[in-house]
Amino acid sequence: MSLSRREFVKLCSAGVAGLSISRMCHPGVLHAMTEGAKKAPVLWVQGQGCTGCSVSLLNSVHPRIKEILLDVISLEFHPTVMGSEGTLAVEHMYAVADKFKGNFFLLVEGAIPTAKEGRYCIVGETTDAKGHHKEITMMELVRELAPKALATVGIGTCSAYGGIPAARGNVTGATSLKDFFEHEKIKTLLVNVPGCPPHPDWMVGTLVAAWSHVLNPKEHPLPELDDSGRPMLFYGENIHENCPYVELYDKAQFAPTFTKPGCKAELGCKGPSTYADCFKRRWNNGINWCVENAVCIGCVEPDFPDGKSPFYVAE
Amino acid sequence: MSQATTPHGGAGDTVRIPIDPVTRIEGHLKVEVEVKDGVVVDARCYGGMFRGFEQILRGRDPRDSSQIVQRICGVCPTAHCTASVMAQDAAFGVKTPTNGRIVRNLIFGANYLQSHILHFYHLAALDYVKGPDVAPFVPRYTNADLITDRIKDKTKADSTNKYGLDQYLKALEVRRICHEMVAMFGGRMPHVQGMVGGGTTQIPTAERIADYAARFKEVLKFVTDEYLPLIYTLGSVYTDLFATGVGYKNVISFGVFPLDDDGKTSLHKPGVYIDGKDEPFDPKLIKEYVKYSFFDYSKPGGLHYSEGETNPNPDKAGAYSFVKAPRYKDKPCEAGPLARMWITNPAISPVGQKLLKELYGIEAKNFRDLGDKAFSIMGRHVARAEETYFVAQAIEKWLKEVKPEAETYAKPEIPDSAEGTGFTEAPRGSLLHYLKIKDKKIDNYQVVSATLWNCNPRDDMGQRGPVEQALIGVPVPDIKNPVNVGRLIRAFDP
Repeated sequence: MSLSRREFVKLCSAGVAGLSISRMCHPGVLHAMTEGAKKAPVLWVQGQGCTGCSVSLLNSVHPRIKEILLDVISLEFHPTVMGSEGTLAVEHMYAVADKFKGNFFLLVEGAIPTAKEGRYCIVGETTDAKGHHKEITMMELVRELAPKALATVGIGTCSAYGGIPAARGNVTGATSLKDFFEHEKIKTLLVNVPGCPPHPDWMVGTLVAAWSHVLNPKEHPLPELDDSGRPMLFYGENIHENCPYVELYDKAQFAPTFTKPGCKAELGCKGPSTYADCFKRRWNNGINWCVENAVCIGCVEPDFPDGKSPFYVAE
Repeated sequence: MSQATTPHGGAGDTVRIPIDPVTRIEGHLKVEVEVKDGVVVDARCYGGMFRGFEQILRGRDPRDSSQIVQRICGVCPTAHCTASVMAQDAAFGVKTPTNGRIVRNLIFGANYLQSHILHFYHLAALDYVKGPDVAPFVPRYTNADLITDRIKDKTKADSTNKYGLDQYLKALEVRRICHEMVAMFGGRMPHVQGMVGGGTTQIPTAERIADYAARFKEVLKFVTDEYLPLIYTLGSVYTDLFATGVGYKNVISFGVFPLDDDGKTSLHKPGVYIDGKDEPFDPKLIKEYVKYSFFDYSKPGGLHYSEGETNPNPDKAGAYSFVKAPRYKDKPCEAGPLARMWITNPAISPVGQKLLKELYGIEAKNFRDLGDKAFSIMGRHVARAEETYFVAQAIEKWLKEVKPEAETYAKPEIPDSAEGTGFTEAPRGSLLHYLKIKDKKIDNYQVVSATLWNCNPRDDMGQRGPVEQALIGVPVPDIKNPVNVGRLIRAFDP
């Protein structure tokens, strides 16, 4: 992977002055960035999602998406981006999975519906020797690809924890990768990068760290994961405790409505129960973030959305 | 579901070609065409996914809907948010302050630019422009009919292709900048925080407005200097695609971008054009049919969205799609940039007027001057590019109208029971959200989205959906490389 050390530091540190880089990034991982230029083969599949995670990835700034596509990863399958379609695309995907068996990343966007044998999400079809077509469900796709992958990354809250498709009232049996792996006894390493959507840095940073670990596991231990399978690097700190408005909270200066000054805890902000580094990383090239604009809805958490709903009143 | 295909297609044989997945779209779509003597004679669109937003929304706080429904689509979350907050405004009986209306237009307008640029460059362009020979640009069809195949002079072919490819890469930056414009007042993208029932959540400062304007200037330059010229250049290479993929020529628009606080006027007008006649838009005339959809209704026939039902049944005999079939006056209607530009009929951009004359010999002042050429694969791309310019012109006006530090939000009271509909236009087409509140909770929520209007299956009367119909007559000279099928579908931005 030809990501410069400087780029990677930026990715991990969010560029905040005075923040210790060593605290944010394992030094071994940084070292790896100056090594080899091998591109990681990636198969990105989509289940019950909205493509928001993919669109968020396109917003990457350090490095730019152009560099990610041309220099960092080899994106062999991605339904929204790739040039191919139909049988051509599906056959290529299976061929890559076999060619790079045990040596590619499976990135999963969207939940896996399990009701009705998975027929709530058809992802493509194959042709057998007799020329018969057979639809492939998301369930079958993950069952086939995950055991062959080096590691699986749950991109976004839908694949990491079920997310919106698995919310109260759902009829499709939408489930997370973790639960699906347990049910199917799939042992492949699973890392979660939740968020609805995840920040582009969280996706690229996790992938680079994981690939560095693969290239040289002794030098580069896998980034530490929390109990929910997330890299502590990006999800280790509490939004509320680090919020620029926490002083207003301590003084009980609460905003009565969205457009009035004050801490937004009484409007429903879920910062106190949410762990992510949005407070310093901010979004869309540092333009804004949810708490500054409105309220945090806790989209990176395993209990999103039901545990965070209703979004617009206090916890 | 299994079916045999005819392995080879001689003259007079009908060959069935499935494309699954149709890629470079948002969501899961399969299309199956029947080809006879090199042209499509029948087509079916299979919507392959159901998530159940209607069930998930039931029983929640009505204000939560604008956050939940954005997760219907990561490419157009602002459209779903807009429809939802408009439905909330109506149900809550709250009037958004003038500044809130304008900020909403700035948020949604920026995402229009983002969505159209993303669509043309990153979803559609690889049907014409040859990318580098690395993933994700390969594999590609062996007989792909790209610019490099079309232009005989190799030097000219390569330079034209490079012109397109360089723009593909540059457009990645430009669409990201558009998202930064959305985030300026919307919080973050994808999935904005800043639009709620009653207005928007962040008072615009003079500094923010200036930051937005600076980015906008860059985007407008790209649209004028690169996007529009590329579209017309492409059209001059693919002249045949101005006569391919006609469809029903019935179009619908709900109208979008309110220009006054009472919602009486909008930038794009509401209206329908059916059987060659313009008519006013009347929401009462919308019905959704499910004979060929994986849904059961409690009674036969079509249902108006206010009594809409969403009961999925993937085992339903004869059904082939998770998409319902919306109809207006029982007619299938196309939605999207072509529909809006046809109905509103604004002036064509100066760049467009100049190039239409130079490259095609067409004198065109307004969109309808394109005539029958508009109803085609290339016509839809022209409509989208011209609309990008049209919306950009409006953004320039809103930037002058928006007031720094002026209120954007009026706090609503949640009524015990009420209903409201939000009518808008997603970049890809007409979108409505219907909200019914009972005991301060969501009792029914129905979404009729652009994909439903365009990519629906047959209705109870047996009429094909608009994309299915537009596929009829599309040339497929090489059954192993059905290039034009994907081109037609993607021109709709499903």
